Amino acid sequence: MLDSNKQTGFTAMATRLNKLRSAMPVSLNIDLAPGSKLATLMRAWLLSLVGLIVFALLWQGAANNIDTSLGKFPGPQEVLEQSKNLYSEYQRDQQNERDFFARQEARNADRLASDPDADVSIRPYTGRPTFVDQIGTSLLTVAFGFVIAMIVAIPLGIFCGLSQAVYSAINPIVQIFKPVSPLAWLPLVTMVVSALYVTESTLFSKSFITSGVTVALCCLWPTVINTTVGVAGVDKDLINVSRVIRLPPLQHVKKIVLPSAIPMIFTGMRLSLATGWMVLIAAEMLAQSPGLGKFIWDEFQNGSSDSMGRIMVAVLVIGILGFILDKLMLMVQRYVSWDKTNTLR
Amino acid sequence: MQNYLELSNVGIEFKTNNVPFKALDQVNLKVSKGEYISLIGHSGCGKSTILNIVAGLYQATEGGVILEGRQVDSPSPDRAVVFQNHALLPWLTVYDNVALAVKQVFKGKKSRAEMHDWITHNLELVHMTDARDKRPHEISGGMKQRVGIARGLAMEPKVLLMDEPFGALDALTRAHLQEEVMRIHATLNNTVIMITHDVDEAVLLSDKIVMMTVGPSATIGEVLHVELPRPRDRLALAKDADYNNYRQAVLRFLYDGHQATH
Ligand SMILES: Nc1ncnc2c1ncn2[C@@H]1O[C@H](COP(=O)(O)OP(=O)(O)OP(=O)(O)O)[C@@H](O)[C@H]1O
Ligand SMILES: [Mg+2]
Repeated sequence: MLDSNKQTGFTAMATRLNKLRSAMPVSLNIDLAPGSKLATLMRAWLLSLVGLIVFALLWQGAANNIDTSLGKFPGPQEVLEQSKNLYSEYQRDQQNERDFFARQEARNADRLASDPDADVSIRPYTGRPTFVDQIGTSLLTVAFGFVIAMIVAIPLGIFCGLSQAVYSAINPIVQIFKPVSPLAWLPLVTMVVSALYVTESTLFSKSFITSGVTVALCCLWPTVINTTVGVAGVDKDLINVSRVIRLPPLQHVKKIVLPSAIPMIFTGMRLSLATGWMVLIAAEMLAQSPGLGKFIWDEFQNGSSDSMGRIMVAVLVIGILGFILDKLMLMVQRYVSWDKTNTLR
Repeated sequence: MQNYLELSNVGIEFKTNNVPFKALDQVNLKVSKGEYISLIGHSGCGKSTILNIVAGLYQATEGGVILEGRQVDSPSPDRAVVFQNHALLPWLTVYDNVALAVKQVFKGKKSRAEMHDWITHNLELVHMTDARDKRPHEISGGMKQRVGIARGLAMEPKVLLMDEPFGALDALTRAHLQEEVMRIHATLNNTVIMITHDVDEAVLLSDKIVMMTVGPSATIGEVLHVELPRPRDRLALAKDADYNNYRQAVLRFLYDGHQATH
């Protein structure tokens, strides 16, 4: 008995060592032969670079030929210029904010020195939100809406997948609300939030809640649908195993259903997040609530010669952030998925 | 212990698109404790259906199954199933696959340490201790099937139900696993019902071979008592006259049954 314990101990250690070894990068013997991993990777990078350069050239060419009432359409050069401007505006604003508080503190200190009982306070900084602030707001809003949606969608999808009756009851509702544009929801959500969200706390502004809820309403459906499909598609044999050993319902979901459905749930979540991000920009434009959408709208109304360049920066930032959000979800999926060998894209 | 497990007048009707289909009709079978039963018959005749009814996974529409004087109406670890395609949870290691069943079945009856010993013991029975930390996709088909058997045995079932447990394996692995199952059956003396398509396997392992007629409304055609002494050795038996008679009896039944349908 003791002997076999020892042996299994060794085996376990050997397996662990093997795992470690395969996890280590093989940087020592770099293989550049065609078909090797590194060569394939470099090829992929090179091709994306070529793609980007060709795109930039075409863009520049097209931009030169488009004349608008605000001047020429911005090319890559112009966009780079404007992104630098936006960043320095942000830095300047940061400096202003620091100066503002420093001035107040100095003034308060003076007053306290002359009269120790003086009633001093610090007023909040009320500068106009910069581009970087708007990015932050948008990300926070989409995260808020997405989290609410997932809290509802995943359990709902699990119930629909487990029970044909629940599915039949809920399916028509899903099918009807799924194609509804966020812009149709927005006025209703605005009214409801104004009516119900009456609080003194300034933690969340009304516009934040409104945009968040609109995002949630729109990104609910892909996750509900995919979770349902994933849960309903659990291998029948595995369900029979669970029945034979008499797993109680909660354990059944935890041990059998969720691990089986994880890939589908994540597919749904990624679709939801992408939808939510798109919806958010539109909602912000329409509702004039802070965020990237409002930034674009303001620039459009502004109509200066820089406006189109600045809008183009926003467009690219929206795209890049959307891409990063998706990659983040993919990382989370890799982390929670049991099947590490599965290539995820 | 004459009628340990009894199927009496079992029949089942499936409804596909509201068209009734009578898969089994009037199935009667008596099994004693410790007996090794093989079910053999043509594809689609209803072998898996019988097994699923005994397991409680399907409900018979007529008659019923009685185990130790109690009617069977739902699945239970009493009647562990070894599934045809192993049905291991791909996200759990070999050890955890067995542990999932053991922890559920012996909850409150065994301590943590006892459970661990019991899991290890069952993995030893099928010689799978070395691969205990591997996932199903990291082991061979034969090994997966062995883990499935270990999981079934670990539930300490009254009856072990196996649906073509060696169906998807090559001849050598299959022979090896048959030996293991015989050895385990000799030590534990558990009651087993096994589905097979392989005549040699049926004769080698069984006390009784239950031969089924072709469906629809399939039923038990003949029951062959195999009275070869145990332990049985496949090489010695190959030349044994009794063994070959049993083989021929089964083959004749299957061949005649086959002719009847065409
Ligand atoms: N859930 C079900 N619904 C409808 N018909 C079913 C169902 N399960 C089995 N049948 C039918 O019952 C008959 C017997 O099926 P069963 O799976 O028991 O055959 P089998 O003898 O195990 O075949 P095989 O040797 O190929 O595994 C078949 O005609 C099949 O179509
Ligand atoms: Mg079958």
